[in-house]
Amino acid sequence: MSDAPATRVDAWSIESIVRTMAPLLLVLSLLEMGSGIVLESFEETYLANPTLLVLVPVMIGMGGNLGAIVAARLSTQLHLGTLSFDPRTPALRASILAVLGLAVTVFSVLGVVVYAIGHAMGSPMALATLMTISLVSGLSLAVVAIVLGVLVTYVSYRRGYDPDDVTIPVVTNACDILGVVIFSAVVLVVL
Amino acid sequence: MDARGSARTIYRESLPILLVSLCGGIFAGVVLGTPAMRNGLETYPGLLLALPAFLATRGNVYGALGARIASGLHQGLLDPHIAWDRRLVNAVVAAVLNGVGISAFVAVASWSILVVQPGRSPASLFALLGILLLASVLTACVMVVGLLSVVFAGYRRGADPDNLIGPVVTTLGDVFGVVFLAIAVALVGVIA
Repeated sequence: MSDAPATRVDAWSIESIVRTMAPLLLVLSLLEMGSGIVLESFEETYLANPTLLVLVPVMIGMGGNLGAIVAARLSTQLHLGTLSFDPRTPALRASILAVLGLAVTVFSVLGVVVYAIGHAMGSPMALATLMTISLVSGLSLAVVAIVLGVLVTYVSYRRGYDPDDVTIPVVTNACDILGVVIFSAVVLVVL
Repeated sequence: MDARGSARTIYRESLPILLVSLCGGIFAGVVLGTPAMRNGLETYPGLLLALPAFLATRGNVYGALGARIASGLHQGLLDPHIAWDRRLVNAVVAAVLNGVGISAFVAVASWSILVVQPGRSPASLFALLGILLLASVLTACVMVVGLLSVVFAGYRRGADPDNLIGPVVTTLGDVFGVVFLAIAVALVGVIA
């Protein structure tokens, strides 16, 4: 690769990349620690029921995945100029239906697989309990992902932020943080 | 276009990636549920507090590295090969610095949060820092090599790197983040 003008290399300097990312990373990790505090306060419940511990990484990550699907589709429609925030429009209704369907599928599979793993690990839990915990947390998370996806895209659209740079990271991280909180609340109610 | 039909399309396009990420998450959960790891969580109070931030920073740091590499490829600033290119090296070094630095911050913050909470006492700061630093360095190696290989190989075969980064980062981050956390717990247990 030939030498490019200095200005183009600057954006690729270590210092500039670290400086751009570090403040955002600090804020996001502090927010993530909010869900860490919730997790830590339920430590005894999770250590006594290792089967529930198996659900934790999926609950940390899956909300963000669902939120990213909503946010990415809305951002694309925003770029194409076909975006409408009216839930009656077919494009928005399709995203909402798809995310709800995906959540039902993924969290049903999760419930069944973790039920089997629980048996294999020697700390079995009732299938009905696990399915309730998995589906209620998962569907609540999907609803949160949809609401946040629409809301954050709307705000960044009104303020003129590039939705690709702002919307997806904000929605993904917010859903990841809320995933653990929703899951712990559901565990508290069901158990 | 009717909503039901296009909902089905979105569902079909997204499901495979979500299922891959689900497998990664379940694997990470199984590692977390092993007696050794449960023992580690009990021995080192503060580790469970640090877990969401530790896992999420993998996604943020290496997702950003992936997005940068994808833009570089699209703009013709990078060649799709692992080579000693100045831009590539800078991007990787910056990402590793961010990843390791933020893990140290998470360790100190978790420790501080438990110190100020009445009735709670964290593991030693040395142990928490050691575990998270070790785990973040080990994860960095796998994430960088894995991300570059998949994105470059995909790009050479004509795949849009933007579509590969999310799932690769999430899955590798979940799986190796927790595995290396378990290894780091074991190593620090031997040293401390």
